[in-house]
Amino acid sequence: MTIDTLRLSVEDALGLLERRETSAAELHRAYLDAVAERDGELHCYLRTVDVADGEGVPIALKDVISTRGVETTAGSKILAGYVPVFDATVAARCRRAGLPLLGKTNTDEFAMGSSTENSAYGPTHNPWDPTRVPGGSGGGTAAAVTAGLAPWGLGSDTGGSIKQPSALCGNVGLRPTYGTVSRFGVVAFASSLDQVGPVARNVRDCARLYSIVAGRDPCDSTTVDVPEVVLPRGERLDGLRIGVPREMNEAEGIEPGVAAAVQRAIELATELGAEVGECELPRSVEYGLACYYLVAPAEASSNLARYDGVRYGLRAGADGYYEMVERTRDAGFGDEPKRRIMLGTYALSAGYYDAYYGQAQKVRTLIAREHAAAFERFDVLVSPTSPTVAFELGAKSADPLAMYLSDLLTIPSCMAGLPGLNVPCGLSDGLPVGLQLIGPQLSENTLFRTGHALERALGFDPVPERLR
Amino acid sequence: MAITREEVLHVARLARLELTDDEVERLIGELSAILEAVSKVSELDLSDVPPTSHPLALVNSWGEDEPRPSIGLDEVFANAPAREGDLFEVPPSG
Repeated sequence: MTIDTLRLSVEDALGLLERRETSAAELHRAYLDAVAERDGELHCYLRTVDVADGEGVPIALKDVISTRGVETTAGSKILAGYVPVFDATVAARCRRAGLPLLGKTNTDEFAMGSSTENSAYGPTHNPWDPTRVPGGSGGGTAAAVTAGLAPWGLGSDTGGSIKQPSALCGNVGLRPTYGTVSRFGVVAFASSLDQVGPVARNVRDCARLYSIVAGRDPCDSTTVDVPEVVLPRGERLDGLRIGVPREMNEAEGIEPGVAAAVQRAIELATELGAEVGECELPRSVEYGLACYYLVAPAEASSNLARYDGVRYGLRAGADGYYEMVERTRDAGFGDEPKRRIMLGTYALSAGYYDAYYGQAQKVRTLIAREHAAAFERFDVLVSPTSPTVAFELGAKSADPLAMYLSDLLTIPSCMAGLPGLNVPCGLSDGLPVGLQLIGPQLSENTLFRTGHALERALGFDPVPERLR
Repeated sequence: MAITREEVLHVARLARLELTDDEVERLIGELSAILEAVSKVSELDLSDVPPTSHPLALVNSWGEDEPRPSIGLDEVFANAPAREGDLFEVPPSG
């Protein structure tokens, strides 16, 4: 049968498999055919897997997720040729659920970036306009889902790497509550922030994938028991209290078209029965970015110390041990990981630790407290996910600070370990705008319910106009 | 908040990064700009605020102490740049 991968939802695909109107192998092949047709232009995948291993709906995994027998590079030259001998827990859970692997998707090197331009293997392009970025770091997974090159996929999010690419590509991405999804076997960036999460074309598919990967893992002692996932059905939002944090909706740099689309979605929520009120997160927005760019690089500088050319990965030739390590790291890491290793090492070094890292950890407490206070009055907080729609390739790559601002609105909730869902809410200049829904810890079901009702009411067409 | 050339070289040594002269020059400018931006956290008086190192209040997450099979040595060394017997081979550190 002919399968339109641009339109097929996972739910529809499951129906086709159940009624035996297609097979898992045929489905897998249909996506690989779409990859052959469109990925030359988009470069979502770093590598694909030819044979369908499993009887379910195939999946794309971000290349920071270890896959047994399939090269895993985290978008870095330092891991070129690295073939894991074990599966990350999330990869194993997908395997156990029968989801055949389609391939490994492109990412900013070590998931450090907001445009996927920091990949050592070249950038991914936005399916809505290939002259623009797909967001990052998970631009590969997000662009693949939007372009019909995967029905769903997994990303990882440290400060916005799932939500922001989903916003820029116009699909649904969940950064789950910290600790709900195992990090075992996921290439580490900043361990107190890293979270794996699902990307899909609609909220129900996203919730379904979350239910497959979430849960306590004996191999990751930071994981917790997760409430049963409820696939959302309702179309109303009666009784839901939605807070609109003023600073996150009026921040400098939010494009007018983005603000307008988010405003319309908020009005729609009122029509669906939600109670909407204003709230404040003043310090979270003002100090969140600075806090993040101390905590995350500090943890990264420690995590990336393992790339020393001894046990796996690149090794540069040298006569002495330390020379070998230093040359390996210079040759293997790209500019962004080097910047963050340097920044993090500086922030942790003697004499600066208290002023930078220690102070940032205290700011983190303030951010968590501000959110907790807002959740005494509201069930969900809303804002734009990204201040802007997808920007041109190269527009911010020469200015690290301008690039860091892409995550201004996604970062605060990440610092507090809160879940966040991106739902597309319209177009601005012909490019998708993302609505960010933030909830208290373990409130994923509320986010799914809210996102699903809004998604139905908004009627956003997730297929890029140029591909329709 | 400007970072000096000496500080960049010192930090690069701590991080075991052999940087080229061009990289050192570029990092002086970039790190100075980033440090100025992140120094914003020092505006706040947080002497009474406890630090957060982790978003969850987990205490003692224990697992059962049961032996289970580990991966074999050939798998351990599968990605090793150089192996000698059951050891990772590296250049001398002398």
